Amino acid sequence: MVNLELRNVSKFYQMDGIIVKALDNISLKIENGDFVSIIGPSGSGKSTLMHILGLLDKPSLGKVFLEGEEVSFRDDSKLAFLRNKKIGFVFQAFNLLSRTSALENVELPLIYARISAKERRSKAICALEEVGLEHRLSHFPNQLSGGERQRVAIARALVNNPSIILADEPTGNLDSKAGAEILRIFKELNRKKHTIVLVTHDLEIAKAALKIVRVKDGKLE
Amino acid sequence: MEILEIIKLSTSAVRRNKTRSFLTILGVIIGVFAVISLVSLGTGLRNYITDRFESLGSNNLYVIPGNGDEEGGGINRMQAMSGIGSKLKPSLVDDIKKIGMPIVEVIGELEIPGVVKYRNKRLTATIIGASSEIFTLDNLEIDQGRFFNRSDVGGDRKVAVVGSEVVNKLFEGKDPIGEELIMFDCRFKIIGTLKSRGGGAMGAMADRVTLIPITVAQELSDNNNLQTIMIKISDKNRMDEAKYKVKSQLLKTLKEEDFSVVSQESILSTISSILGVLTTALGCIAAISLLVGGIGIMNIMLVSVTERTREIGIRKAVGATNRNILAQFLTEAVFLSLVGGLIGVFLGYLGTLAVGRLLNANAFSWWSILLALGVSLLVGVIFGVAPAAKAAKLDPVEALRYE
Repeated sequence: MVNLELRNVSKFYQMDGIIVKALDNISLKIENGDFVSIIGPSGSGKSTLMHILGLLDKPSLGKVFLEGEEVSFRDDSKLAFLRNKKIGFVFQAFNLLSRTSALENVELPLIYARISAKERRSKAICALEEVGLEHRLSHFPNQLSGGERQRVAIARALVNNPSIILADEPTGNLDSKAGAEILRIFKELNRKKHTIVLVTHDLEIAKAALKIVRVKDGKLE
Repeated sequence: MEILEIIKLSTSAVRRNKTRSFLTILGVIIGVFAVISLVSLGTGLRNYITDRFESLGSNNLYVIPGNGDEEGGGINRMQAMSGIGSKLKPSLVDDIKKIGMPIVEVIGELEIPGVVKYRNKRLTATIIGASSEIFTLDNLEIDQGRFFNRSDVGGDRKVAVVGSEVVNKLFEGKDPIGEELIMFDCRFKIIGTLKSRGGGAMGAMADRVTLIPITVAQELSDNNNLQTIMIKISDKNRMDEAKYKVKSQLLKTLKEEDFSVVSQESILSTISSILGVLTTALGCIAAISLLVGGIGIMNIMLVSVTERTREIGIRKAVGATNRNILAQFLTEAVFLSLVGGLIGVFLGYLGTLAVGRLLNANAFSWWSILLALGVSLLVGVIFGVAPAAKAAKLDPVEALRYE
């Protein structure tokens, strides 16, 4: 079953009066249970692609379908709702809230999902257990190693049981050992039927995925 | 997102930056404190004066120099009451006495600020020249000795009855009866002392008086004319009648612009209206500082939104709607200004108590507290909306990229 689909998607930016084509007529299907790597050099448009896949940005042309429903032109609050329920993000820079404990960071999506405090707590603890951080619940991000921070971010992406997890260069700020550990977690999650899209410029990392999609100059190859 | 969660979120952000939050709300604290204290000062002054006047008894009429009739407005009246250039001759007292009922008592009064000396001590006091009837008309109470009487006045005797403040300052516990005071380079024998007319700073002023026979006062001061003629009316309901009769009598010898006949009530309402304007003006000036406090909050909130751009991006990525973000930052601004308002109210209340103590009158007013709290809440909303809207409108992709 198709989870996320882009149909003839293009994205233009206007920069100093010049129109820049970041994505050019891209069509892409991501099936349930897929583990797809999107690989391309910097400036190829892979980040823009991820933002559109993650409903953080809207395409200039074309359509986006999430679980068969067209979502490309929904209003901001509907997109926020879908991001909350259906999508989990993992970023290169971790993007955890500073001076906020690991547990509270993982609880964040659940707050916006209007889940009760008690249920939030138990769900967040479960998610942190899944990434092996049950002993770091009350640590602040600056008390954690890079690899641990990224695992908190993965727990946050997982906690609302999304239909797809999008990871943008998740190993980019990590040493090779921590990076390998993160990739191992992604593989493990995929084995548990989570759908994962991994965006990277590094072919070695992309190889962790089952499928590799190449982007160059805003086009799929 | 539930209201409780939003409040928790916003207050924790405020608590995280304690010093900054405190400095931000300082403007609101000062503003609210100023509004409440200044309004209470006005209220207290008004209550004090009302109390004072009511203690004088309510069926008195006053003839004062100058035309400060009701239509003339408050400022004219105040000028007239100061008694500059009076044309009220002492003989008018007898003219008014001739009217008869409903007039029961008439006395002329001459007030001269002067220096009272006792041995080597000096004190500035109000020296009041009056006839002996002033003691009953003005509800004065004797503490020791006696009032001066008709024969003291008729015989130009240099005797004095002194207020409690004068006794305190000049005699320090010694018995003043029989002692000699020097006023206008003349010796006066003290025959009586007055009971204090009430505590507080204003009360002390009322107690800093020396009463001497009017005849002596006229002799010693250059000004032979009277400052006030007090008239006691037999019945409060015949006030208008008495006023008309006095006016007609005085018009025989004086021109219309030379005098006014006013009742105690109208003097009171004049002072009251002047103080009302003063209170409002003070309150408005203080409200400007509240406004400045609001601008301070807006400034810090704008800085805070810029600083927390990335946080806003993260929140949006995990599902916060624009409305969630707006609510979070607006609540933060309102919380700041409300806490500032509450601290300001507390300090303002202490200020009110201090004013009340000073004036020995009730200075508390509910409306100033409610107004100050309401305004500080409003300030939070008005000055919080712009930064919160800015935060809500941030593009999530841009916000996540922000360094």
